[in-house]
Amino acid sequence: MAAVRVEEVLSAAEEQEAEKRRSVVVEKELELEFDLGNLLALDRNPPPAAALRGAGPRREALLRALARDNTQLLVAQLWELPAERAGGAGGPLVARLPEPTFRLPREKPPPRPRPPTRWEQFARLKGIRPRKKTSLVWDEQAKEWRRRWGYKRAGGDPARAWLAEVPANADPEEDQFARLRREKRERVARNELNRLRNLARAHRAGTTVPAAPLHPTGHQSREELGHVARVARVSTASLGRFQPRLPKESAEPPSRSGGRKRRFEPLLGNLAAERSRQLEMLRDMGSKKPVLDITRAVNKQLRQEEAEAAAAKGKKKQSQRGKRGRRQQRVGRSGKKSG
Amino acid sequence: LIYCYRKPKTKRAKRFLEKREPKLKENTKNAMLIKGGNANLTVTDVLKDIYAVKKPFAVLYKKKNITRPFEDQTSLEFFSKKSDCSLFMFGSHNKKRPNNLIIGRMFDYHVLDMIELGIEKFVSLKDVKNSKCPEGTKPMLIFAGDMFDVNEEYRRLKSLLIDFFRGPSVPNIRLAGLEYVLHFTAVDGKIYMRSYKVLLKKSGCKIPRIELEEMGPSLDLVMRRTHLASDDHYKQSLKQPKALKPKKKKNISHDVFGTTYGRIHMQKQDLAKLQTRKMKGLRKRPAEKSAEDGGVSPKKSKSS
Repeated sequence: MAAVRVEEVLSAAEEQEAEKRRSVVVEKELELEFDLGNLLALDRNPPPAAALRGAGPRREALLRALARDNTQLLVAQLWELPAERAGGAGGPLVARLPEPTFRLPREKPPPRPRPPTRWEQFARLKGIRPRKKTSLVWDEQAKEWRRRWGYKRAGGDPARAWLAEVPANADPEEDQFARLRREKRERVARNELNRLRNLARAHRAGTTVPAAPLHPTGHQSREELGHVARVARVSTASLGRFQPRLPKESAEPPSRSGGRKRRFEPLLGNLAAERSRQLEMLRDMGSKKPVLDITRAVNKQLRQEEAEAAAAKGKKKQSQRGKRGRRQQRVGRSGKKSG
Repeated sequence: LIYCYRKPKTKRAKRFLEKREPKLKENTKNAMLIKGGNANLTVTDVLKDIYAVKKPFAVLYKKKNITRPFEDQTSLEFFSKKSDCSLFMFGSHNKKRPNNLIIGRMFDYHVLDMIELGIEKFVSLKDVKNSKCPEGTKPMLIFAGDMFDVNEEYRRLKSLLIDFFRGPSVPNIRLAGLEYVLHFTAVDGKIYMRSYKVLLKKSGCKIPRIELEEMGPSLDLVMRRTHLASDDHYKQSLKQPKALKPKKKKNISHDVFGTTYGRIHMQKQDLAKLQTRKMKGLRKRPAEKSAEDGGVSPKKSKSS
């Protein structure tokens, strides 16, 4: 009888052990937080600090038990997700993950939407939509499908064109081949100019952000830095008069108009001058020919010439320096760059 | 590409530049693992193991680089720009800071956060003689300990570690392929990182029972110096473009039982002219029609 009871007790104990080994239930004080999009679980329960302070193997066993419990909970959550069999009936079971909720910083700042180019604006206005072109075109002469442009294009290599018709309204002495070459060059240059203009427009539109603070990652331009420094100086209770300054900076705080002064005539005074001014204005308004202000025109022309010269100089310097020059500009700071 | 000083001349160059420019949905972050001027064997082994875990989204630099990240970040930023990596791990060793590991991330090729950790104990992949899981497995990440929520530096460390070990962002996962788990415990000022291989055992119900097998690198870390980004800089890096926000579908609602309701807005209908099903039997006979018309002749006679 005692033997039977012992057997019963042993089998009951064995069953209990097996149950525990197969159980998927985990008891925790605080619920874990899950972010299934990242396969992440956060356990807020304080771990048993005293027990973990002990020696090696015991600590490892405790850590492993803790990890096992947490992993069990995470896997239970993952198994709750809607799952389907990928690739038909026999494929592996695949669960659909939700979007990750844990906020992580981006790698690069989000791209700014670029303003539409002149062509895009026009197309939108007129309702022109891009037409899909076929990649191959039928070439009548070669009697086969050739590509639209590039190597072995339909219509032959334009550089090897041996015939150039003289159009009816052209000068018979003119060199047609030279004309074709010149026109192609002009087309290419115009294209490049328009592309750069579009880029410049996009860049200008991007940087005119009104009251935005300075970009913290060092992408400020010189003008931006100067502007912000000026504004910062004047933003004190005494409007910048008692601010600590650099040795060469002026004692006067920067004026709002930036050095330009406007002078106005006194309101009451010279009647004759006022009368002549008004009559002149009326005459200019009534005249058929547009009035030319010589001074303003000359100044405008000079400024334009200066700007062009500066741009050309800048471009020439850049193209002269080339790749080596650009790299040399950066090497100065850190010594050897190995890796 | 948006503001290139020179246009790429080949399609391959264009693809290269397009891959590196800022995008709405970003690429998986790459990590660069760099050795300092005085890296010792422990630190080198740690970097090699982390490289094995993070392949193919990591670059292991073979040569030693004599820099000090906490003093001068230009070298790191230059490397990040050249190899397009936004996460980095820098290992060094000296008497004052033995077995030092600096883990950090970049925003827009400038250093965002850097945390210096000291390695107290390290068990490498090759020291643990168990079977390993295949390269490139997306790991499950578990953080245990209330320190990861209470302390600001630990919170940033948690965010950094998630960013580092997360791997590519996938829409589906194969449930049988969940093999790798990284477990971080913060206790007593120390951080224990352990990696286990997951074995799914049969259990009574649908959810399998988990058994863990020690595998892979295990580290005991101590937090040393930190260089965290200021709050507004961090907030700026967290900003997501509006286009990524999921669009709310209007006129759709769900009730408690899971039924989906939709609203359709109709124009005013003239019920007299409604087009319903044609019932042949109910069609008006010609006699009835003429009676309705009031004697107006339905057929016009031809005039000669």
